[in-house]
Formats: sequence, structure tokens, C-alpha cells
Amino acid sequence: MIGVLTAVLSPVVAAVAQILVLLVLLAAVHLPLGAYLARTYTSPNHLRVERLWYRAVRVDPDAEQRWTTYLMSLLGFSLVSVLFLYGLERLQAHLPWNLGLTGFDPAGAWNSAVSFTTNTNWQWYSGEAAAGHLLQMAGFAVQNFVSASVGMAVAIALVRGFARSGTDARIGNFWSDLTRGVVRVLLPLAAVAAVVLMASGVIQNLDPHTALRTVEGASQHVLGGPVASQEAIKDLGTNGGGFFNANSAHPLENPTPFTNLVEIFLLLLIPFSLPRTFGLMVGDRRQGWAILGVMAGLWAASLALTTWAEMAGPGAAPQAAGAAMEGKETRFGLAASALFAVSTTATSTGSVNSMHDSFTAPGGGMLLFNMLLGEVAPGGVGAGLYGMLVLAVVAVFVAGLMVGRTPEYLGKKIGRPEMTVVALYVLTVPALVLVGTAVSVVVEPGLAGVQDPGPHGLSEVLYAFASAANNNGSAFAGLTSGTPFYEVAQGLAMLAGRFIPIALVLALAGRLASQTTVPATSGTLPTHRPLFAGLLAAVTIVVVGLTFIPVLSLGPVVESLS
Amino acid sequence: MTIDIRNAPAGSAAPGSPTTGAGEPRAARRTTQRALTWAQVRSALPGALRKLDPRVLYTSPVMFVVEVGAVVTTVLAVVEPGVFAGWIAVWLWATVFFATLAESVAESRGKAQASTLRATQRQTTARRVVGAKDMPAAGSRMDLPTVEVPSSTLRVGDVVVVAAGETLPGDGDVIEGVASVDESAVTGESAPVIRESGGDRSAVTGGTVVLSDRIVVRITAPAGSTFVDRMIALVEGSERQRTPNEVALNILLTSLTIVFLLAVATLQPFAVYSGSRQSLLVLVALLVCLIPTTIGALLSAIGIAGMDRLVQRNVLAMSGRAVEAAGDVDVLLLDKTGTITYGNRRATEVLPVAGTTSRELAVAARLASLADETPEGRSIVDLVDAHHPSVECGVFVGSEPADPTNTQHSTGGVGLPDGAELVVFSAVTRMSGVDLPASATGGVRRIRKGAGSAVELWVRGTGAQVSAADGGQLAALVDAVAGEGGTPLVVAEQVGEAPARVLGVVRLKDVVKEGMRERFDQLRAMGIRSVMVTGDNQVTARAIAAEAGVDDVLAEATPEDKLDLIRREQEGGRLVAMAGDGTNDAPALAQSDVGVAMNTGTSAAKEAGNMVDLDSDPTKLIEIVEIGKQLLITRGALTTFSVANDIAKYFAILPAMFIPVFPQLDVLNVMRLASPGSAILSAVIFNALIILALIPLSLRGVRYRPASASALLRRNLLIYGLGGLVAPFLGIKLIDLLVSLLPGL
Repeated sequence: MIGVLTAVLSPVVAAVAQILVLLVLLAAVHLPLGAYLARTYTSPNHLRVERLWYRAVRVDPDAEQRWTTYLMSLLGFSLVSVLFLYGLERLQAHLPWNLGLTGFDPAGAWNSAVSFTTNTNWQWYSGEAAAGHLLQMAGFAVQNFVSASVGMAVAIALVRGFARSGTDARIGNFWSDLTRGVVRVLLPLAAVAAVVLMASGVIQNLDPHTALRTVEGASQHVLGGPVASQEAIKDLGTNGGGFFNANSAHPLENPTPFTNLVEIFLLLLIPFSLPRTFGLMVGDRRQGWAILGVMAGLWAASLALTTWAEMAGPGAAPQAAGAAMEGKETRFGLAASALFAVSTTATSTGSVNSMHDSFTAPGGGMLLFNMLLGEVAPGGVGAGLYGMLVLAVVAVFVAGLMVGRTPEYLGKKIGRPEMTVVALYVLTVPALVLVGTAVSVVVEPGLAGVQDPGPHGLSEVLYAFASAANNNGSAFAGLTSGTPFYEVAQGLAMLAGRFIPIALVLALAGRLASQTTVPATSGTLPTHRPLFAGLLAAVTIVVVGLTFIPVLSLGPVVESLS
Repeated sequence: MTIDIRNAPAGSAAPGSPTTGAGEPRAARRTTQRALTWAQVRSALPGALRKLDPRVLYTSPVMFVVEVGAVVTTVLAVVEPGVFAGWIAVWLWATVFFATLAESVAESRGKAQASTLRATQRQTTARRVVGAKDMPAAGSRMDLPTVEVPSSTLRVGDVVVVAAGETLPGDGDVIEGVASVDESAVTGESAPVIRESGGDRSAVTGGTVVLSDRIVVRITAPAGSTFVDRMIALVEGSERQRTPNEVALNILLTSLTIVFLLAVATLQPFAVYSGSRQSLLVLVALLVCLIPTTIGALLSAIGIAGMDRLVQRNVLAMSGRAVEAAGDVDVLLLDKTGTITYGNRRATEVLPVAGTTSRELAVAARLASLADETPEGRSIVDLVDAHHPSVECGVFVGSEPADPTNTQHSTGGVGLPDGAELVVFSAVTRMSGVDLPASATGGVRRIRKGAGSAVELWVRGTGAQVSAADGGQLAALVDAVAGEGGTPLVVAEQVGEAPARVLGVVRLKDVVKEGMRERFDQLRAMGIRSVMVTGDNQVTARAIAAEAGVDDVLAEATPEDKLDLIRREQEGGRLVAMAGDGTNDAPALAQSDVGVAMNTGTSAAKEAGNMVDLDSDPTKLIEIVEIGKQLLITRGALTTFSVANDIAKYFAILPAMFIPVFPQLDVLNVMRLASPGSAILSAVIFNALIILALIPLSLRGVRYRPASASALLRRNLLIYGLGGLVAPFLGIKLIDLLVSLLPGL
């Protein structure tokens, strides 16, 4: 249907119509889903299957944890995940359903194990050439669920910190949050999405990849695998690791403009619903609207700029070719590619339906900027919300001073301990990106991976580290990252970029939960009004902008001005 | 430029109470202060230079980074001399110097005051009572033997005798006697105040002078940590500790500094990769321009100046924390008496019953009050004289005109006739009045005034039948007056032996000070709830609260009630401020987040509070709140300004750095700066000069008007956010126009 529309309508009208359809769907679904999420994480009852699971792993799901215990549980779980995945990858040759593929080398296995555990899903390998069905299903797919659920759990823990008053830093139970996220949210939604995708032509089987000889005598590879089920959670959990190397550009992962729109919808679905959950849990829906407004505004602005850049096609090559179609699928076209690219970089997904490396200079720059923002518009499942809330604390701090009160957000005073945590949070990821990129462009093994010299090469390396440290996972294809240098360096960036912020967020949550909530008065800075939302958006852009302007000006900016 | 953020004058204190020392802000301390004078700058110079010591400066990470940058560029300029390098080094030093200058100027304001106070600290001789501790509670200590000891050897609990003309050797409480004391050395108020044992006016301050009589004082503070000592430390800023919010802001500024340090440090690899290695000089210049130097330089000056503004208003904050907390106050507890009302009930109206004219009632009420020296009695005479001038002509309705020569009791009014007998108030009759001698037209005339029930009893006692109609009417009048927060005073008279009759009711009322409603409206706009605390009953309290515009009222309050109220509010997460003076206020003062003790109060109250108001004006709480808010707003505004500045600086410096290798970046040179060198130098100069330009603002504080948070945010974002964005574009361009004329650049 969308394909027909795209063909009939002018490209601009089609682009707008597609975005409108997406927005209407999201607007309709985010309210009930947000409410459902809030119920999921506040209900005192356990499902039978959950009880069985708790009994099996011997945890008490009703024991409220202090933030330190919550963090230890989370880190312990993630460590086990990394080790398990590492084992699966290394031992693939000896395990069933390997499609005859060998195990990963140590650096590559480390990189992928970290990558999937941290919800980054950076892939240095080519899915169809390196990962068998067992690794895909028992390894990567499982992490697609649980790493997404970990992100949501952290966000919910932070929201509880705001919502609770005067506890001794207890912010919920990690095991319960993790389990509920998977059982009650991700599994049902992914099942429905998988069926929709299957019905629309995405394959779902356990066949091996087979080589055929065509009538003309040429050889062709027919790929098989449980793609639809993986595709659903790949997008829903803002994971992004494709079953195949071409990811969502592959016709078996994303065959039609309709499935394309479904996938975009899936990757925006939970991130855009969580502000509602936040509003409900803190007992003031307007606060949720404000956060949603900032997220949506930034996303829309980025989309407008990228779509304009791609459709206008500035630069010598697009002008010569007539359109910036290099690296994009003709079945999607410019607008749908831009929409996917913006959505995947603005969330922490990283799946792609086009080659971001081939975007126009300003378009590619925007995608890079989306990630550098910290992926908060709307960001990864959970990660987007907690990232935005941390920025809100920064905004509240400055704005709160300007109204003559010790800053407070949702009735919580932002004092020295809170600011310390928030300052470290704001520092962490930019430090990883800048240092990682700077080291890579001066050391030999780093420079070796750079395909294009000059500003675009810098953009490629910067993109790689922005993607890793922000747990996005998409790549500028020009960089050869399958080298031990990048595998190890990026693995470190992914690990630090995921767990240091999480630790800080949980510390903040604990700190907030132990504070008594201060009632709002007319002297309190209102944080639900457009004025504050505008300020929050400005803080988000300015903090990132000021940090990255120097390096951006030598990369995408110079490219754009060429 | 004078410093005065006050929007409305504080309600003046009760008239006729000179002993409280309250009243007009005194000019002695509040000399017209210019924000920044040359004399101030000159006297601050040595201090500013001393503060350049890195061991002092490291507490401000932002300025410490600038100083390191200044050292680095100086070395570079020496190693490889050049006009550009030289100028950069000079201006980086200027940047650091302006920061220390700001702090030094802020401190210098307190120095002068401190030296005045030190003068009161001369070593004096104290007459210590020997064996005072063994003394039984009864009996006078005045005549006990004393020994002369230096005041510095006095310890807490020692008892001294101080006579007229002597200086009090230390802080203490008067435990015996009464004296008038000249406290001008501490408060600046020249009128002497009364200090007496017991009650709420027992505290005396070391260094003040006894003018008359003799008092026995128990020392409550050891030598060296007296009130004056603390005052000196405070105004000098020598014991200044960073306040919680200042620390939190410093953390934000430090993290911004680290972010920019990273951004600049990693820029070199990127520049090398791009084939355009940058000189260290340029990188340092870029770093200094980016880190939030404006707020980093002025942060401590803002804090010192905030405390100083309180001192200008004769308020001593014992901790900076309290000043900050004042900005956050949600609930303000104010005593009714003396704060909201004048404290004395005053007659405001006469209300006759049917069959009596208001003049008749007025005359009777006045006669009954002429000899009554209580404030209520005087106020009745004042009221009648002011509103019923014909009474002054001696027209005594239903009676003989009085002898006009007997006008002793009231100026301008008519006095009591000869032979009048005063009936004083007694607890038994609960009435007062006067018996006038028999005249030609009738017998002895007895006039009584008092509480409704007491007068009614008297009237019935004379055989009068208070008819249902009369009684009903009187009851209605009495209830009406009480319902509006007044106290009804019933007046009745009896001529000869005839039955007495009720004349009517005089309304006595607490008069709310002028301008209180406006002040409470302002408080409400700031989001602060005001609670009036009074011992009055509910009805009266509510009526006065309504008249004054207070939000809430705590009636029939005991000190425990007050403490409970504070605890309750605090449990709800609210910050409470209150003023108090009495010993029984001490627990509440200690419990409240901002407790302002009146200087006239007891030592216990002064110890318990975290601020002392030397003027003893409880309405000053409102100003304290404003100063607290102003302090925070100034910090926030300059932080926003500082960060917003960076955008223009990037536009100046980045193209200048990379145009040689990427000529297309020239389009980013939106200011069209003359050359790369002039662009970088202009940004550095702007960065330094803006600190200098904002010193007056940081000392004065951002203008504050009570308004809702939204309105304040909008206004300040517009001025300091948008202004901070635009100003450097203009400033750097202007400086560039001049700098480009420099030879050799």
C-alpha cells in the first residue's frame, strides 16, 4: 500500500504522508503502552511463569533493593551474559546448528559479547557469514531481550527515585524489573511484531543458507533463518544487530516499504511511550508530556534536516547522479531511508536500511549528531528516558538558580551529591568518544582502518566511537572495524559507555529516593511548561554542541561546506 | 548606583516603644554605597595580588586552569617572543587578576566595618563577683565582694557587676537590675536601650556601654567567641565557607571545565590528522575562552557580596547556609504582635446602643479613660479627640460642663472635674471607670467600662432590667466586634441611685501595620506561605489574619504549638523561617531552617537562631528571603551568561584556527574578524573584560522582583541567556576593530 502511494505521489508528499502515518500510530499507541508499562513495574502481583523463574534462579522478587544492591545484581547479570555469549561465540564450531561456521577469534568474540550485552549490537562481522542459528537465537536474540529489559529497568529505577520519598535508597528489585520487562512487555510485543513482519514477507525458518545454481548457470546464495522473530526484537528493543550483514537493507529482513515503516514504528515505540510511564509513576502526567515534547521536538528537527539534506542532495556526487541515492535501497527511496536513519540513530538501535556512510555530508553529520546528543531523542529503551532525565536535572539546576531557589526537580533538591553524579554522567560518554577518536586518528592501527582520508575519514572514526560509546551500533561503513585495535577499543567504549552511566543513574536514583519530596509552590520552577521544555532542548543541544563543535567542524562541517 | 533592592519599606515598629531599638534603617551603616569606586578598587589591589597564589586559587578550578594557562603562555612568550604570544599572556593574566580582584573588592567592603567593631574590643576590666555560684537564688548579688579581672579571662558562668559608664566585658544575660545601655557600637542605633533581668530583654552584648544604673550580668560566651567576635569574622569573610549550592555549582563548573579540557586536548590529534597542527598558545587561548571563566571568576564575590548585603541591612547571618536556605523558604512564621500589628490594642470606633448618641457614648468613654494610663485607655482618648472634636469644648451631655482648668490629663482635651474618683481595674470586677462628683442635675455619676459580661453584671446589680431588646442589641454589637477581630469594651453609666444603663461598645482592635497586605501578596507571588502566630482566640486571630492578608493562622499558640507547627511543615518537606526574641522562642528558632533572632532578645534566642537582626525588626524576614533569592539568581544568571558566551567564541576562534587548511570555514567567520591572530586575541580580551564589566553586577546582585518562578525564568533567560548569546558577537567584533590596529599582529 505504501509502495503504491510512494509511486503515485510526489516524493515530498509521500515523505510527509509516511511521517504522518508513523506519528499518528505512535500518538495512538504510546498512551496505552505507557500506562501498561507503568502498571507492569508497579503491580505487586507476579505471573505464574515469573514465579517459576524466580524460584528457579532463587531470588526474592519482592525484596526491595538499595541502589547498590540493584547495581550489583545488574552488573552480575551482565557479566554472566558477556561470559555466556563469549563462550557461545568461541565454541560455535563445537555446538549444534552452527551451519558449519567456525568460532569467533578472541578479540571479535569479546567485541560481540560486549556489544550485544550493552544493547549496542555493533557488528564487526557479517551475520550470515559468521553466526549460526544457535548463536543467533540462544546468544544474540536472548541478549536482544534482556539487554533491552536492563535498560528499561534502570529507567524505571530512576523514575522510582523521583516518585519515592524518604526511603533508605531502595529503588525496586532488579530481578523483578528485568523479568517483567521481558515477560510482560518485550515478548508479547515482539511476538505480535514478528507475526506482522512474517505476514509481510520477512522469512522465518530454520533452514541453512544454501547455494543454488540458477537457470542461467550463475550461483546464488539463498539465505535462511529465524529472521522475523529476531527482526521484531531487534527493533523493538532498540538493539539493531541484523541477522544479515546488510541489516534492514536486506530484502529478507525488510522486504517492503510497509515492513520498513513497521520497523521504524517498532524502534520508536517503547522509547516514545516511556515518558508517559514516567508521568504516571511520578503522579504528574504533565511532566511526561514535557519530556516527550523535548524528545519528539529534537527527533522531528533532526528528521527535517536530514530529509531535507538527502532530498536536496547537496555535494558534487549527488548533484552529478541526480539524487543522493548512493547506498540507499530503491524500494525505500530517499525519504524512507532518512526516516529510518534518523530514527535508528536517535534511538540506540543502530539497525540500518541504508548506508549512513553514503549520506550527504550534512545528512550524515545529523546522524552523527543524533548519537552525540547521548541518544535521548527518544533514545534507547530506557536509556533514552534516563539520559533525558539526567539532562533535565542539569537544566533544572541552572534554571532553578535563576528563579532564586535551590534547584529542585519533581520535589527533589538538586544539591552537591546529585550534581556530582550528574556531572560525571555528562562527562563520561563525551570523554569516551573524544579520547577514543583522538587516539584512533593518531595511532597506526587506528589510521589503518580509515578508508577515506581527510574530513570524511575523521567523521568515520568519530561515528564509530560515538556509536560504540552511546551503544548505538550503526556504522559509517568506510571504517574497517574488524581489526583487533577497533574490536578491543570499541568493546571498551561500549562497556564503559553502558555501565558507567547506568551506575551513576542508579546512584542518582538511590539518592533521590532517600530524599523527602518537597511540595511545589508558586515559587517552584514549573518543569512541565513549554518554557522549561525549550530550555531542556537547548541544554541538550548546547552541552553536546559545545563539546563536539571542534571535532565536528573538522569532520562533517568541513565536508558540508566543501 | 545605590544598593537598594527593597521594594517596599519594612513596616515601622510600634510607636512608643523606644526600648526595642527597632525602627528606621539607620543611615550610619547604610551609607550610600556605590557599586564600585576607585578607592575600593585601590584598597583591594594588594589582596587581589595575594590571591593569585596558586595555593589559594586552586579552590576555584576554573580560575586555576586559567592561571596555569597564563603561566604556560608566559613561558611560550618568553621562549619565543612575539606580539601575539605576548598579548595572549598579558590578557590571560588579566583574566585571573580580574577574578581575584572581584573577590578582594567584595571582601574589602566588610573590612571597614570590621575595624569599627574591633574598636569595641579593647581590653576592659571586669568586676567579677566572688562566690556568685554559691549564692542562693534569693538575695542581691549587687553587694557581694568583687575582684577586678581582665575581661579576656572571663569564663562562661562568671558573674560580673557593671555600673554606669562602664563597658560590658562580655556577652551575657542580666540576672539582676535594670540599666539603660548604649549599643550603638554594635547596632549603629544611637538611642539607648533598656536591659533588665528576667523577661525577653535580658541579653547584653560585650563592648556596649552601660549609661545608667547597675546590673549584674552572667557571662554566656567565652572571650574570643563573643557576638562581636563572630560579627567581625563574618563581615571580614575570614571564616567564609562555601555554601551547599555554591559547592554544587562549582561541581557543574568543574565538569564543564573538564569537558572543555577534553575537547581542546583532543582537538590537537584531530588537527594533526587534518594536517594543521595547532600551537599550544592557540589551544590554551581556546581553552580559557571556553571554560566558564565569567561565573568561575565571580562566584565567590557573589557569595561574599550576598552576605554583605545582609550586613548592610543590619542582619548577621551566622552561616552562609542560612542565607541560601532563606531563598528556599516555603513558610514564614510571623508573630502577630509587633510584627503584623502594632502590638497595642487601639480604640477604633464607638458603637452606641439604641437610645444613646454616639457622642454621648464617646464622652462617657473618654471620661472613663482619662485617668487610664494603659495604652488602650490612651487610645480611647485619642480616638475621641480625633473623631469627636466637639467633645473638647466641654459639652457634657446630661451633665454639668466640667471645669476647663482641669485639663491635666490630655493635651487639647478636657480633663476630669474636681473630685473625680478613679476606679482602677481589678481582677474581681474586671472593670475600670470613674466616679464623678454629684452635680446640680443629678447625683454621683458612675461610668464603667469593661468586658461585656462584667459590665452587664454591674448594670443588673444596680437594679436595672436589661430588656431583652437592649440585651439582644448589645450582644449583637459585642459579637460583631469580636467577629471582626476586635475586642469589645462595654461602657455603662449610672447617675445617682437610678438604675445604670448601657451606653454602647468601644471597639478595641489590633491595628495592622500599613503595607502588610502588599508584603504578603509579594510573598505569595514568591510562593511563600505566611502563617501568623498569636495567643489570641481563633475568631480574633482569623479576623486579623484576613485583614492583614496572611495565608494561615496559628491561634492560641503556645511555644510548643509553634515548635509542632514547624516540625509538621518540615516533615512535609517545607523550609520554615521565623523570627523570635524570647527564651521560649529558642526551641522554635533552633528548629526552623531560617531562625532570625532579634538583637533585643535573650541570649538563648540569639544562640538558637542562625541570624540576628540588629534592628530587631521581624518584618525583615521578608528582605532576608529576597536577598537569599537574589544570591541564587545572580549565580544562575551569570552561569547561563557564561555558557551562552561560548557559542560566539567558537565562531571567532575555530575558523581562525583552521582556515589555513580548510578555506571553506571562512563562512563561519560571521563576525568578519580581521585576521586569525586578531580573532583569537579579541576573544581572549573579551573573555577577560566581561569579568571586569560584571563585577558591579556580582556585588550588587541581579535585580529581583517578587514574581512567579515562570516569570522570573523567562525574564532571566531572555536577559542572560539570549544576552549572553548575542553580547560576545558584538563585543568581540568591537575589540577586533581595535586589536587589528595593533602593530605586528
